[in-house]
Amino acid sequence: MTGRTVTRADLCEAVYQKVGLSRTESAELVEQVLREMCDCLARGETVKLSSFGSFVVREKGERIGRNPKTGVEVPIEPRRVMVFKPSNVLKARINGEAVTAED
Amino acid sequence: MIKSELVQRIAEYNPHLYQRDVENIVSAILDEITQALSRGDRVELRGFGAFSVKTRDARVGRNPRTGESVEVEQKAVPVFKTGKEMRVRLNQSPVTGKGKGKVKAAAQG
Repeated sequence: MTGRTVTRADLCEAVYQKVGLSRTESAELVEQVLREMCDCLARGETVKLSSFGSFVVREKGERIGRNPKTGVEVPIEPRRVMVFKPSNVLKARINGEAVTAED
Repeated sequence: MIKSELVQRIAEYNPHLYQRDVENIVSAILDEITQALSRGDRVELRGFGAFSVKTRDARVGRNPRTGESVEVEQKAVPVFKTGKEMRVRLNQSPVTGKGKGKVKAAAQG
């Protein structure tokens, strides 16, 4: 796919178009929304956005990895990762299907 | 945190806005991301992560209950890759659990 990349600027523009706020304020609000989501996840909390999807923080145990170039074994420390689980609505939209069940 | 709680928090920071405006702001953001992905575009949000779309080939699946073969059509799935800054933030405190599974959220929401 040769799509373009959508960035914060596009989100700000969308907010500016749909809500009657100034460009500066739209940008500030997009920032606040993202910041709030990031802060929540950094605390280990799940962020669930209905009809979009949920972001969940998971803990991974230590395991032995391998440098694929050299073949040398290296321990991978226990760590936290964040996963995104898309909702059925989002999956349907992406496939251009009619949205059936809400979740 | 769910969407309504996110809306409520943002509304608290912005007492001059109606809750309805904040709801529209949050939906505008999520709609824009959804629309971009359905066009096949990528969405990159520095400090958070990037969304993209991957195609899964058509395959022959099986109904696990009946064992019957079913044709699964080619489909597109959204994928998310956590950004560098977010990965660092998630690991600021040492991981205490022995891994595997969901994290118990720290104290208050």
